[in-house]
Amino acid sequence: MNTLLLLPILAPLAAAAFAAAVGWRRLSAFVTVLAALSILMTAAVLGSQIGSGTRFGVGHLLRADALTVTMLIVIGTVGTLATWASVGYIKAELAHEHTDQRGANLYGVLVPIFLAAMSLAVLANNIGLMWVAIEATTVATAFLVGHRRTRAALEATWKYVVICSLGIALAFLGTVLLYFASLHAGASSGTALNIDVLLAHASQLDPNVTHLAAGLLLLGYGTKAGLVPFHTWLADAHSQSPAPVSALMSGVLLSVAFSALLRVKSIVDLALGTGFLRAGLLIVGLLTLLIAASLLVVQTDFKRMLAYSSMENMGLVAVAAAAGTKLAIAALLLHVLAHGIGKTLVFLAVGQLQAAHDSTAIRDITGVLARSRLIGGAFAVGLAVLLGLPPFAMFASELSIARALASAHLEWALGAALLLVVIAFAALVRNGSRMLLGPPDPSAPTIAVPRSVAGALVTGVTLSVALGLTAGPLTQLFRTAATMLGATP
Amino acid sequence: MTQATFTGVLDLAAGAFLLAAVLIVWRRELRAMVRMLAWQGAALATIPLAVGIYQADAALIIVGVIVLLLRAVVLPLLLARAVGTEDHERRESTPLVNTTTSLLITAVLTVLAYAVTRPIIALDPSPATRAVPAAFAVILIAVFIMVSRRRALSQAVGFMMLDNGIAATAFLITSGVPLIVELGASLDVLFAVLVLGLLTGHMRRTFGDTDLDQLRELRD
Repeated sequence: MNTLLLLPILAPLAAAAFAAAVGWRRLSAFVTVLAALSILMTAAVLGSQIGSGTRFGVGHLLRADALTVTMLIVIGTVGTLATWASVGYIKAELAHEHTDQRGANLYGVLVPIFLAAMSLAVLANNIGLMWVAIEATTVATAFLVGHRRTRAALEATWKYVVICSLGIALAFLGTVLLYFASLHAGASSGTALNIDVLLAHASQLDPNVTHLAAGLLLLGYGTKAGLVPFHTWLADAHSQSPAPVSALMSGVLLSVAFSALLRVKSIVDLALGTGFLRAGLLIVGLLTLLIAASLLVVQTDFKRMLAYSSMENMGLVAVAAAAGTKLAIAALLLHVLAHGIGKTLVFLAVGQLQAAHDSTAIRDITGVLARSRLIGGAFAVGLAVLLGLPPFAMFASELSIARALASAHLEWALGAALLLVVIAFAALVRNGSRMLLGPPDPSAPTIAVPRSVAGALVTGVTLSVALGLTAGPLTQLFRTAATMLGATP
Repeated sequence: MTQATFTGVLDLAAGAFLLAAVLIVWRRELRAMVRMLAWQGAALATIPLAVGIYQADAALIIVGVIVLLLRAVVLPLLLARAVGTEDHERRESTPLVNTTTSLLITAVLTVLAYAVTRPIIALDPSPATRAVPAAFAVILIAVFIMVSRRRALSQAVGFMMLDNGIAATAFLITSGVPLIVELGASLDVLFAVLVLGLLTGHMRRTFGDTDLDQLRELRD
């Protein structure tokens, strides 16, 4: 059954090899969509087979459990939508000469490699391998961020690579220290970094060294998850990337990095008790919320606005993880999935707006709903998802997170988070409604909607509505993942 | 190799390792910084080689040779190629923190490294672990370089130094991480440095310079 665990890694790699061989064309783009779909299919099959158990593969290097399945669903869903929309997006970029055939070829190779690296990160049983995969996402996405080769794109790429490499290097130091503690707790050198081995030896880990390791891992993976203090790359990178890549980075990469933190947390909590990481996550989570909410209020660029909305959501997710109850973790996972799909909708929609107006300034764009029902409608639905309006899933997840915080006696954190979320809500509503409903400008350009983008948007809207009405078997999956991560009842 | 020689070699390697970091803080010329980085890579490779010979561990000796090739030869060459040929490119112009202050900060960071690493030495007081404060000092100094220098290439040098420091920590406290992780991590670093090198090239073509002060289009 090893092959099933390898499929989400090998399928996108095969697509990348194919794209490298034939260059960017319709066929290679659709092969990548198939590869992304196969990640989703694998998640469905694995989910139905493993239940609450864990399956290992390739000599315990890989594992699949409820958290893996959840994250593969997020990667597969957003990956499919984003790669599907890429077909039309890149065609338009080529037509407008924002990129050339070489740039398109590079895009076609790097996107599936990016997907493969994220799959490896959530499938890894060895936290060293998990680190390698997450650092690989930085390398794979560097030239995707700088896709347009403009001054601003170059600046964003440089900051992205330098800050993320610095952050992720700290996570590696944390990993090394955990390895050291694990060896001294009696683990054998070949397997001392395996998650199952670390969990088994958690109570014997030296507490002082584990404190140091946990702090570094929180800082390091927090960098990639868009949490303070190394969050400064996020808005630049997300605003400069091509729209489908922004969707992937914002909707999936941040949560993949956060899932690494959840893995670390399950080990550290056993070794040190829940207090240490709870305090750490609360501090970085609330500070992230604070920064995101204040910058949302003054934002004049709609892609940066969406980037700060992602930061706001990651801050909320960190606060939920701090609560650490079963309810909180299950809600957090639903939140991550709903946010991934909603963010994809808005990023794909604004990608077309940017292409039409050749601008990302909020003031340049008004009356979208009247000008294009599809783009306007998808943007409106995506925004409603992100705002946590009913019937969409983030309404349920945010309510559950609030209840979990109250029952974990973190009322003060709940109060602070609530206030900041309301500020962010108001800022998003103000800017979003202006763009959607403002008086239509008669000289405004027409908004082109390529077929593949339209297909991805309609599918995304359908998925958002469906997920809002019922999470179905996913509810059980999220609960299983929460229990497995050692959540308190 | 006797225990005494082994300890001596380790201490010498750790000392040279830290000294290279201090010299990088002191020197402003980019070429000299890259040259010191190569020496630092050689000092780093001495650690797995010494441990490998002392413990008669062939795998560790092979890892040491790979580290030597990668960090003392390949990566510095990549960086040296990215250093501009024009005169004004070769120096770190008007740094944010002047040399004297930088050296004082380096001294403070080294003392801090001794304090931070106390739990590690307490857990395993072997000769190798006792050298770990030097590696931690290099990590802290590297972070300082990354935040205080304005040339793109100085930041790349800082990043590689950071990575050297982490690798040295790994070799000193655990004789290196498992091989698959070591290989993956080395590959990632190689790619990261390649990306940084390519980016400095793009930047020079776009901005005509690699001064990071030029990077201020994106802000809130």
